[in-house]
Amino acid sequence: MARMVTIRRVVVSTAAAWLFGFLIFFPILWMILTSFKTELDAFATPPSFLFFHWTTENYATVQERSDYIHHAINSILIAGLSTLIAMLIAVPAAWSMAFAPTKRTKDILLWMLSTKMMPPVGVLVPIYLIYRDFGLLDSRAGLIFILCLGNLPIVVWMLFTYFKEIPKDILEAARMDGATIGRELIYVLTPMAIPGLASTMLLNFILAWNEAFWTLNLSTLEAAPLTVFIASYSSPEGLFWAKLSAASTLAIAPVLVLGWFSQRQLVRGLTFGAVK
Amino acid sequence: MGQISLQGVRKSFGPVNIIRGADLDIEDGSFVVFVGPSGCGKTTLLRLIAGLEDVSGGKILIDGKNVVDVPPAKRGLSMVFQSYALYPHMSVRGNIAFGLKMAGLPRAEIDRKVEAAAATLNLTPYLERKPRELSGGQRQRVAIGRAIVREPKAFLFDEPLSNLDAALRVQMRLEVTRLQKQLATTAVYVTHDQVEAMTMADKIVVLNAGNIEQYGSPLELYERPANVFVAGFIGSPKMNFISGDVARQYNAATIGVRPEHLRIDRDGQGWPGTVTVAEHLGSDTFLYVDAGKIGTLTVRYVGELDLAAGDPVSLSPDPARVHRFTEDGTSIRA
Repeated sequence: MARMVTIRRVVVSTAAAWLFGFLIFFPILWMILTSFKTELDAFATPPSFLFFHWTTENYATVQERSDYIHHAINSILIAGLSTLIAMLIAVPAAWSMAFAPTKRTKDILLWMLSTKMMPPVGVLVPIYLIYRDFGLLDSRAGLIFILCLGNLPIVVWMLFTYFKEIPKDILEAARMDGATIGRELIYVLTPMAIPGLASTMLLNFILAWNEAFWTLNLSTLEAAPLTVFIASYSSPEGLFWAKLSAASTLAIAPVLVLGWFSQRQLVRGLTFGAVK
Repeated sequence: MGQISLQGVRKSFGPVNIIRGADLDIEDGSFVVFVGPSGCGKTTLLRLIAGLEDVSGGKILIDGKNVVDVPPAKRGLSMVFQSYALYPHMSVRGNIAFGLKMAGLPRAEIDRKVEAAAATLNLTPYLERKPRELSGGQRQRVAIGRAIVREPKAFLFDEPLSNLDAALRVQMRLEVTRLQKQLATTAVYVTHDQVEAMTMADKIVVLNAGNIEQYGSPLELYERPANVFVAGFIGSPKMNFISGDVARQYNAATIGVRPEHLRIDRDGQGWPGTVTVAEHLGSDTFLYVDAGKIGTLTVRYVGELDLAAGDPVSLSPDPARVHRFTEDGTSIRA
């Protein structure tokens, strides 16, 4: 009897997990499906799930009307460089807070996080004016700068929790073994921290890639990343659902692939410390 | 050479005094064990010698040179940590070689020394493995290998066996002692286990609440404890303490008698009592005797004794082995 219950429970929980997963994935699936519909099918009520006229013309139109490559390059540069700079600043910061904490370390960490508690729109006008006066509007440098600062608290927090997990004993053993701080960093700490560094970089890259508030407000064309490319399909003349979906699919494709290949790292990074 | 001496060493974390002024001379080549209850400051004292903590006052001399301002790596000591603290991303070879690599030794010499250390510790078949592929005892041996390969002036051990199971602990205890005698290198060993202290040490330092209570050979501590604390801490089972009228007969505030120095009779002279628990180990018999106003006394009898709970007995101490203490707990020497 016990075995019967177990099997039923496994079946039910598996089905529930799949259903839940499907529900979460559904909007993305719907977006991909819509991108292959005609504008008319995309609007149809009731919507058809699979039995519609499949077409790739939306992709052709999107590529014709706007330069996907240009926006994609901007996205890569902005997300990549902002991540890199954030890491350069965050690694020493997190390192010193994790291994040489002072009485105020906790306060500093909280203070950094507090900057994420205010909605960005609250500082939109001052930032916009500063950017205008410094000629940073619609520039890649401007976007890199703001995204880097925006994500820095999260990067520092993630790295801090990672470094915290590295046993102090091992660093002390290295010190007893005669390693200077530099060598301790190169030979002991960095190799041990690589999974943490990688998943932090990856998460930050995805956050920067998907960031829409600042990119939409501070860029128009020259520096505009893929978020702006998507938004350009919701225009005052009406929504073009199918083209919008095609643009969105194109925009998320790179990170989707990146995420797929690094999902193990990502899951480990997001659950680090929680499960050990 | 590895002669270490502490002169008035103090350590405080903020207002909390961990070490209240330690004076100690550790002779070259000796095996010294720091023992005491948890929180007594024994690990802190070891870390002060290692240089992993800065002293708040006093001097630490290694071979006559004050090293309080010398970084840990330059003190010529090596340490074995309780958690082993192996480098998880390096092989056993890499772990043992790390210190030599940091010292900039030529490759061939490093290889030769690592292999010699591995052979001493029976680690040769595991040299290319990662620490996670080793058992607890093997990891411990790698940690020891990392310490011996550098040929330090002294080894510092911080409760190195406490993560091992009981059987392995006894075996490693023996190996560590044998290795230390073979290398004739000074060793300072921290433990909370008095049996480890008694079996391994040439000399024991008993610490309590940041003070050195007594420093001497294991038998000195057993036979002539300086005070009630040392008397109670050294020896297993614990010494029986009796105060009141009985102690007054001996001109002391408290007397102490070890379980093995209490004679037990079925009927006769001495303190009458009733057996509450009898533990028969074959080699020994431990009896817990309720002796009325005197309290519960532990008795150790070598060999088998046919007594059970409820049996009336009488106890008498070996008069030459009664320890006498004053009101404040210090020993009274005859």
